Amino acid sequence: MRYSIFSVLRQALAGNRGWAPAWREPEPKRHYDVVIVGGGGHGLATAYYLARVHGVRNVAVLEKNYVGSGNVGRNTTIIRSNYLLPGNIPFYEWSLKLWEGLEQELNYNAMVSQRGVLNLFHTEAQRDLFVRRGNSMRMHGVDAELLDVAGVRRIAPFLDFDNARFPIRGGLLQARGGTVRHDAVAWGYARAADRLGVDVIQQCEVTGIRVEAGAAVGLETTRGYIGAGRIGLACAGNSSRVAALAGLRLPIESHVLQAFVSEGLKPVIPGVITFGAGHFYVSQSDKGGLVFGGDIDGYNSYAQRGNLPTVEDVCEGGMALMPFLGRVRLLRSWGGIMDMSMDGSPIIDRTPVGRLYLNAGWCYGGFKATPASGWCFAHLLARDEPHAVARAYRLDRFAEGRLVDEKGQGPFPNRH
Amino acid sequence: MRIPCPHCGLRGHEEFAYLGDATLRRPDPAAPDAERAFAEYAYRRDNPAGRHRELWYHAQGCGTWLVVERDTLTHEIGRVTEAREQGGS
Ligand SMILES: Cc1cc2nc3c(=O)[nH]c(=O)nc-3n(C[C@H](O)[C@H](O)[C@H](O)COP(=O)(O)OP(=O)(O)OC[C@H]3O[C@@H](n4cnc5c(N)ncnc54)[C@H](O)[C@@H]3O)c2cc1C
Ligand SMILES: [Zn+2]
Repeated sequence: MRYSIFSVLRQALAGNRGWAPAWREPEPKRHYDVVIVGGGGHGLATAYYLARVHGVRNVAVLEKNYVGSGNVGRNTTIIRSNYLLPGNIPFYEWSLKLWEGLEQELNYNAMVSQRGVLNLFHTEAQRDLFVRRGNSMRMHGVDAELLDVAGVRRIAPFLDFDNARFPIRGGLLQARGGTVRHDAVAWGYARAADRLGVDVIQQCEVTGIRVEAGAAVGLETTRGYIGAGRIGLACAGNSSRVAALAGLRLPIESHVLQAFVSEGLKPVIPGVITFGAGHFYVSQSDKGGLVFGGDIDGYNSYAQRGNLPTVEDVCEGGMALMPFLGRVRLLRSWGGIMDMSMDGSPIIDRTPVGRLYLNAGWCYGGFKATPASGWCFAHLLARDEPHAVARAYRLDRFAEGRLVDEKGQGPFPNRH
Repeated sequence: MRIPCPHCGLRGHEEFAYLGDATLRRPDPAAPDAERAFAEYAYRRDNPAGRHRELWYHAQGCGTWLVVERDTLTHEIGRVTEAREQGGS
């Protein structure tokens, strides 16, 4: 069923009884040309572009839980392409371009909202750093605008500009950045992939990877053995565990990141605003809740929940930036487990095991990457060669010394 | 999460700095495969779901490096010893 104003009207008149399920619930087949492990945003986008761009339609996505149960449904929904390094900018800009056309492409309302991402700076040195990043973006044809204090005041007059410790000196604005309804992205890709013949199989956990003569040939799952021509892993947060099934040891630690949402307020925060003197970012959802977050907790975790000192730290950042937050009540908080890679950048590459491909290491910034990650991983799976904008994301870059370390932190996953 | 420091008693984890996997051993730089071994040492991790031996530094306390056994699925903390007792680096 195509969604349109006419289908909405027709259904409204018929009491909304005629809506069909958004995708099928197929039984797994014995063999697929490509099997994707992980039904998060990246896995579903990969399956969709395999079918749509490369004509590979005998594809399954295996999800151990339900679609949207992972990070794709837990993140703070921010999209942007305001990166510094040449290995990153073209990739994230391609992703932003795909976001811009996504809803028409998928025939699904993902509430893509380019309301702007504003990074604040608080010192002269930080201003120089942001100027450098803005220039780097503009040299790659990406929009970036440096705002002085008056410019920031026009957008967000409620900030604590003259804070004694962290006065606001200006900001770097990417007007094309913004937010997207996160779980609608998973649902939209799942539905669109399904319509092209992809089997989206939920409640199907991969428990083993069968390797014969150095090449992966299929998967042991909780719903039986499934053979595969090629296998793509997209198991954000659990990549180390799943790759270990094929004997691989990854440059990744799993860490927990928390997110928070307040009670609903009238419109107050116009776009995404980030604090430059600590780690705090906030936007307002269309329902009115303030959606915000900060640093990861900082220790290895698979627990999908964090600890209170991080909650305090995030709220302190918020209070330093916008003191009115002290009057707002917190409604909910939760945690998600992410792959923190050794240089803070992702991996989209072949592995030493034949016909086994890896999409991992997205840290806390992989939601914005969803369309381009799927696009590039599908390219790799279909053609066995890296896509031009994802060339830097090699698995062997660590041993080769070609790191993509946007923040310059070194091999300490909890500092990226 | 609270960590029982052998010197300071039970303290909140926010007093400690985290360095990760405590089972890594610095490779022999003179070994013929030193290059490969150092890449493994610097970048690759077991990253287990479950029991993990890890290094914590009591930065806002006694300044001791500790080896803490912790479950990464539940955050439950087990045995805590001084890192110097385990030797090596
Ligand atoms: C709190 C939080 C806030 C964030 N905020 C942002 C943000 O504002 N902007 C941004 O760009 N990024 C953000 N991120 C990061 C982003 O959410 C992730 O990088 C991205 O969603 C990861 O890709 P995914 O959607 O495919 O992951 P997931 O949705 O986690 O998908 C992976 C799937 O693999 C499945 N799986 C795992 N093991 C197996 C197995 N053995 N068999 C079968 N299936 C398996 C899991 O169940 C899961 O559904 C945030 C993350 C968190 C946790
Ligand atoms: Zn102590």
